[in-house]
Amino acid sequence: MNKEKVIVAEGLTKRFGDFVAVDHISFEVSKSEIFGFLGANGAGKTTAMRMLCGLSIPTSGKALVAGYDVFKDTDNIKNSIGYMSQKFSLYEDLTIRENIRFYGGIYGLTKKQIQDKTSYLVDHLHLQNHQNSLVKSLPLGWKQKLAFSVAIVHDPAIVFLDEPTGGVDPVTRREFWELIYDASERGITIFVTTHYMDEAEYCNRVSIMVDGRIEALDTPKALKINYDSASMDEVFLKLARKAVRGE
Amino acid sequence: MKQFFAFVKKEFYHIWRDKRTLFILLGMPITQIIIFGFALTNEVKNSKMAILDFSKDVSSHELIQKISSSKYFDVSNVLTRYDEVEPLFKKGKIKVVLVIPQQFSNELLHANQTKLQLICDASDPNVANTIVNYATAIIKDFQNTIVQDQKLPYRIETEVRMMYNPELKGAYSFVPGVMALILMLTCAMMTSIAIVKEKEMGTMEVILVSPLKPFRVVLAKAVPYMLLSMVNVITILLLSVYVLDVPISGNLSLLISESLLFTITSLALGLLISSITDSQQVAMLISLMGLFLPTTVFSGYMFPIENMPLPLQIMSNIVPAKWYYYIVKTIMIKGLGFTYVWKETLILIGMTVVLFAFSIKNFKTRLA
Repeated sequence: MNKEKVIVAEGLTKRFGDFVAVDHISFEVSKSEIFGFLGANGAGKTTAMRMLCGLSIPTSGKALVAGYDVFKDTDNIKNSIGYMSQKFSLYEDLTIRENIRFYGGIYGLTKKQIQDKTSYLVDHLHLQNHQNSLVKSLPLGWKQKLAFSVAIVHDPAIVFLDEPTGGVDPVTRREFWELIYDASERGITIFVTTHYMDEAEYCNRVSIMVDGRIEALDTPKALKINYDSASMDEVFLKLARKAVRGE
Repeated sequence: MKQFFAFVKKEFYHIWRDKRTLFILLGMPITQIIIFGFALTNEVKNSKMAILDFSKDVSSHELIQKISSSKYFDVSNVLTRYDEVEPLFKKGKIKVVLVIPQQFSNELLHANQTKLQLICDASDPNVANTIVNYATAIIKDFQNTIVQDQKLPYRIETEVRMMYNPELKGAYSFVPGVMALILMLTCAMMTSIAIVKEKEMGTMEVILVSPLKPFRVVLAKAVPYMLLSMVNVITILLLSVYVLDVPISGNLSLLISESLLFTITSLALGLLISSITDSQQVAMLISLMGLFLPTTVFSGYMFPIENMPLPLQIMSNIVPAKWYYYIVKTIMIKGLGFTYVWKETLILIGMTVVLFAFSIKNFKTRLA
């Protein structure tokens, strides 16, 4: 694994007054890796992710995202990343085509690029018959897949997924992960937070955050061996139980 | 810039898809103007009047003729005794009673002096006042016709000229008021709701992660409502000129520019509201309670600010609509130019700058 590093964090810290939300975390993510970012609620996942997305300035430490500094180069970072939040992030009162056009538009794609992307996505997701229907008329699973496709419509170096599969049935979740593998094969790095431990198993490497620190970071297989557990569920419980911080 | 337009376009889709809101937005000025213009007038027409005529002579007859022929009064009852007055008032049949004394004609012609009595139902003080004024005016007119051919030693005649609104039409003050109200509502409430909606839906997060600058996002959300408000301004002006006969005496482009300025002030208020709340309901409540009410009460078009207690008068100064109302009245009704409203314009600009500074600061601290 001597690949190009797209995320490098060193001693990244965020303090809110006396409260240390993220406490000196260090890790690296390589190009086209699927990196699982786990942790109980309140462990500091979201804060860490916001710093990497350029939404929040770290208190101290260093981090490079797609080669850009999170302190100085947030504009360049924003151009090189995609983002999909736990809340469903498409516009319900816009059609599929309009959503794609809008997100393509705010990332500065040309008209031609948007057209190509739209027809590619519509084909790829088998939405030919629905491209002009409003997003609110689609089933949740489709919306989620579409939201992911729209998040990478500008071919970013990294896509951040914040609990992308909340409330989706296992079959759709599986299909969703196929899209993720697809994107990873095309060279997009995936940075994903999740509460589902079966999803953690799909990741190349997994980090587990407890109380603002990264307690463990390895491949799912190695983690299971190290913590003498049969599943990621068990690994997670063993680590998360150490947490002092509440929700 | 292209990103910006992509955003504005999307915003228009939102507005266009939500037909009901669009209908309300564009229909509101029309209904308001029609309601305020026709239903809510200060004029009191056809008030029921009872006459208690003790003299029954030529002069009293002439006076009654004169009163009943005016559009303000309907003589509905002719009474003969004092004790008939009270029951009529109690039943609510009449608004006013004119009592003519026995020696009316005699005294008037020979003693050169007589008295009349007006008894009025003052349960609604404004109406009572208006009715009494109308009646007194008619009586005075009647007196003048008698006095005409006589030489009096001293006589002061007041010639009243009602400047800017000779017919004393209510619409002259309602139109500027409705303009202030509608602009405030469409801009402040709709922008704040539109922004908060993105927060609620979770799309705001995605947009903030995108390369679009937060300031541009906010601006892009505001632009469509600004255009809609301008459509509303034009609608109101057209209605007021062609339906209510309220002319635009001043410079039209100055009036439109001042309206644009007020739109921006309202937008800034809407931004501030959207930066302090995360839910559409709260945004709507704050807009209604915090904007609608002060705008109606303190802009001066419903209740004269001069009559308010001093603390309220001071408070009214922080209501942007008060200044806009003054500006519109000055330009549209009085027909005066910029030299007469530059101070108010400066105040509005100042308010806008402060509001923008506040909301941007709020917006940024929420992000960090």
